[in-house]
Amino acid sequence: MKRVEGLSKLTGRELYVDDLSVDGCLWGATVRSPSPRGRIRSIRFGDSVDWSEFTVVDHRDIPGSNSVYLIEEDQPVLAADRVRHLHEPVLLLAHPDRDSLRRAVAAVHIEVDPEPPVLDFRISPRPDQIQYGTDNVLKHLRIEKGEVERALAKAPHVIEGVYETGAQEHVYLEMQGMVAWEEDGVITVTGSMQCPYYIVDAFEHALDRPTERIRIIQSATGGGFGGKEEFPSGIALHAALLALKAGRPVKLIYDRSEDMAVSTKRHPSRVRHRTGVDADGRLLVQDIEVVLDGGAYVTLSPVVLSRSIIHAAGPYACENVRIDGRAMLTNSPPFGAFRGFGAPQSLFACERHMDRIAAELGLDAVELRRINLIREGDSTATGQVIRDGADRVAVMERALELSGFDARRAEHAVFNVAEHTCRRGIGLATFFHGAGFTGSGEVFLNSEVHVAGLPDGRVEVRTANVEMGQGTLTVFTQLVVDRLGVGPESVVIAPVDTAIVPNSGPTVASRTVMVVGGLVERACGDLRETLGLGADGRGEVLTLAIGAWHAAHPGEELLGRARYRQPEHIEWDDESYRGDAYGAYAWGAYVADVEVDLRTFAVTVRDFVAVQEVGRVLNETLARGQIQGGVVQALGWALLEECKWRDGALENWQLTNYIIPTTQDVPPIRVEFLETPYPHGAGGAKGIGELPFDGVAPAVANALAAAGAGDPRTIPLTPERVMDLVMGSSPPYEDSP
Amino acid sequence: MTVLLPRDLVEALDMRAVHPEATPIAGGTDLCVHWPQHVADEPRPRPWLDLSSVDELRERRWTEDELTLGAGATYWEVIQDRRAAEEFPLLVDAAERVGAVQIQARGTWGGNIVNASPAADGVPVLMAYDAILVLRSRERTVEIPLSDFYLGYKEMRIRPDQLLTEIRIPRKEYDFQWFEKVGSRSAQAITKVGVAVTRRSAEWRVVANSVAPTVCRCRAVEALLASGDTVSRPDDLMAALDDDVSPIDDIRSTARYRRQVLARLLYYRLRDECPSFT
Amino acid sequence: MLDIQFTLNGKRISARIDEAERLLDLLRYGLGLTGTKEGCGEGECGACTVMLDGLPVNSCLIPAWQVRDREVETVEAVPEAALSSLHESGATQCGACTPGVVMTAWWVRRNRDVTESHTLRQLMAGNLCRCTGYDGIIEGLEAWLAETGGDREDVS
Repeated sequence: MKRVEGLSKLTGRELYVDDLSVDGCLWGATVRSPSPRGRIRSIRFGDSVDWSEFTVVDHRDIPGSNSVYLIEEDQPVLAADRVRHLHEPVLLLAHPDRDSLRRAVAAVHIEVDPEPPVLDFRISPRPDQIQYGTDNVLKHLRIEKGEVERALAKAPHVIEGVYETGAQEHVYLEMQGMVAWEEDGVITVTGSMQCPYYIVDAFEHALDRPTERIRIIQSATGGGFGGKEEFPSGIALHAALLALKAGRPVKLIYDRSEDMAVSTKRHPSRVRHRTGVDADGRLLVQDIEVVLDGGAYVTLSPVVLSRSIIHAAGPYACENVRIDGRAMLTNSPPFGAFRGFGAPQSLFACERHMDRIAAELGLDAVELRRINLIREGDSTATGQVIRDGADRVAVMERALELSGFDARRAEHAVFNVAEHTCRRGIGLATFFHGAGFTGSGEVFLNSEVHVAGLPDGRVEVRTANVEMGQGTLTVFTQLVVDRLGVGPESVVIAPVDTAIVPNSGPTVASRTVMVVGGLVERACGDLRETLGLGADGRGEVLTLAIGAWHAAHPGEELLGRARYRQPEHIEWDDESYRGDAYGAYAWGAYVADVEVDLRTFAVTVRDFVAVQEVGRVLNETLARGQIQGGVVQALGWALLEECKWRDGALENWQLTNYIIPTTQDVPPIRVEFLETPYPHGAGGAKGIGELPFDGVAPAVANALAAAGAGDPRTIPLTPERVMDLVMGSSPPYEDSP
Repeated sequence: MTVLLPRDLVEALDMRAVHPEATPIAGGTDLCVHWPQHVADEPRPRPWLDLSSVDELRERRWTEDELTLGAGATYWEVIQDRRAAEEFPLLVDAAERVGAVQIQARGTWGGNIVNASPAADGVPVLMAYDAILVLRSRERTVEIPLSDFYLGYKEMRIRPDQLLTEIRIPRKEYDFQWFEKVGSRSAQAITKVGVAVTRRSAEWRVVANSVAPTVCRCRAVEALLASGDTVSRPDDLMAALDDDVSPIDDIRSTARYRRQVLARLLYYRLRDECPSFT
Repeated sequence: MLDIQFTLNGKRISARIDEAERLLDLLRYGLGLTGTKEGCGEGECGACTVMLDGLPVNSCLIPAWQVRDREVETVEAVPEAALSSLHESGATQCGACTPGVVMTAWWVRRNRDVTESHTLRQLMAGNLCRCTGYDGIIEGLEAWLAETGGDREDVS
């Protein structure tokens, strides 16, 4: 099935929030902290502006609690007397004219008495830098399996390494934006978002009103990647506060520079491995420390940390594992959700480390993986026994075959001796990604889905999960078509409007197809049951039955419902962090074939092969597009996208100096799927949206190492960094933070 | 905001004389970046002098001795010009590496020169071709070699009543010509290190961008090349390069990277060309 | 304020513009043609691509007064029937870059000879996409170029 909204997007008819024209609308803007940390001493409004024309909102205008509700309540909606990061929102302004508004923002002078900021998450904070708990640790988590100390003492070989990954900006092509207005006592917001019910929760809290007086409507969303998971709640609140005070609709759209400078980014990481192996390469013990930079407030760091440590030991069987993870406070704008959500960071370290283990022991990197990849009946770091029927070794073998791994390696060896101005290398990464919320997370979400039979006989799917390019609308349509035998023209996906749709949870964690799609399937079944039909109640029979029901129940709603039920076999202990972390894992093996130009140290990816086992592919074009897009976005993270910092915030906040890949920076991405259906996923599918991010950076780094470009430990591997590696002048690694 | 809309060159020069404070704009690919923010930031907006409709500025003329490019000729127009590609291949090489099609369709050679960015992509190849600039005011016309045009960062030998109208490129037979641009990625990138080199018998032109406050001739390197002294590795070029250029650390790259890469680019390319390179 | 006249999608129109307006602002807010998108305001991403006198340009870098007496074409002029190759190939996901991609692709389709001296990836390098990884776009454009006899639909 072709993308159902494809033509609307191709013709430019699709309406994003900035395309919406709202009568009587004011423009809104945010005035921000000029300092990374301190007490606000004064706020002065400049003389060049007639302030009577403006709506001005500060923290005193917040009716409820001045906090953006998420996990903890530490992040203010608007800073009151102290600030904890550069660009922290302090005031809001609204005005009919956008240029006047821009000038007004520049005319507000906020004076901050500075306090010493924390700007490096790797360094233990001084007493005068403590801003959370006693040690600035936003979250600490630990996984333990077996007997690590004893195993380390006995291991014939112990290999250590420290690996670092940089932050990453999402660069969704449509910037953040919201429009808010009050209508009949209901505060209504429409805008670019992934999680409308997160915004409902945030509004309940900060605006002190019940959900019946809150309505959140997703507008067409031009990319999210996690950047529109939690961050929009703050913007929505800002637009709403302005609208409530002004008594008029307010449109708050970020331009690209503001968006890049102030919004969430991928958590930077530093991961340390200490691995005990025997002479044959079998993993005996994995001792891993993961440290993430969480930025100034807790926000989602505990969950990112959780996923990061659960994936940190890789898709390998090992009896003794210890993973200690900390998310640290710094005075940066909070880091947040970004495709992969902690797993890309720790899997980069794991997979780069595997190649280094192989190198130190004189083993083949492929063999090392073949020995250690999880087999049926092996358990993960959290003790989850894997018995899903997927052949992880076959995934790797297929990637090796498609990429011509052995032949390429041999060719490169010859090439590298003959050539003087460039070097080639090929590298592998094997990895995994758990789909859905961790452990009991899906139970906690308690997602609900409705499938309505409309009076005209069509079927309407009502979920809170958005289309942001990944294909939600198409796949949900497909699932209904398959389940109910009706044509696609008879299926409608309801606008994601909290006045209409139930809370089926956020559009995150690669759960939309697997989990929510599964609920859509069940709700279809429930609709059929409600109509008193059996399994043959499909197609025309069903349509007629819907019509007949409405004739018999005028003015009533015909709904099929489904609520999340955890598959029986899942057992997870949040206290000990042991058990079945995820219902399903997708498995991947990626191969990167690279060339380094020894004159410019630029890296060219000549070929990229992405093989993954994903349960079932429901839509070939959409699934392939997810993998290709994820790989290219991850290539950007691995090679091009460097965040430069000043006072803890992004300094290169323009697309001219924050470099994402163009068509000419990446090769065609060759994708292949293997399928072992997952019984609890819609149509047998597992989640795949984030998977591609986990395998790219380490495959590239391993390829560069194979090309003779030194020993990469840090990404992005920009030409400047590769130059240091090749010329051997990188500083020796400090193994302690 | 005042906008001056001349219909031809005479009118444009008139307006330039009367409004020397107005900013001339043609393709606008640099001036218009973040336009709304700049407009908001200016307490009293400057007038603009729109040259985009002055067709005389877009003409390209071939004589026996030279190619004259109108200052308003775009990169794309030169890319499409087969004759230019044959005789002045570096013009096409450079034009192809500017941004992408959307920028090439608008960016002008003249705008690139008077914008005076140290990273200007059109300037090195023009300088390597010994281009001469034609500056006109209402009263008179003067000419100046491009290699003498820049005085310092964003400072050039042009007066507020003058417009750059033409770029005259002498037609010579070159024994060697080469242009290379190192950006932050393969396309749509500002130059981190760039170099244009031509040779006619024993006369070398080596022009670098993004490694000094202006695009500049590397005269010490030119002298080294002309001298025939042995060069057996990139480091052997460093002393001359350090005389000619002064790369800095900035948001795009580092001084160390620029210096190292410039030396390596030159060494590896010229090694195939010069007997004195081993 | 200034009065200008220009040809928009084949029709001669008059518009009253603010001197500070960009062509992008005129199209989106002045004329209600929201198909053209703003992605960066710096001429890097190409989401704002329109055709000016038959060439693709970034409308965020063009003051509106510069299009007087010129020909402007926007995505609203592209016939839907022409878009099936891009639709099939997965050239669009979130859609934010898509109108700009379509405009550049349409220009290539109408000026095939540029493909003799440029690869498709070179020609599309001014259109940034964060979702597709570009394969869906390039394959779609290849298929569109391979379509025969369809130039009827390309007449504007």
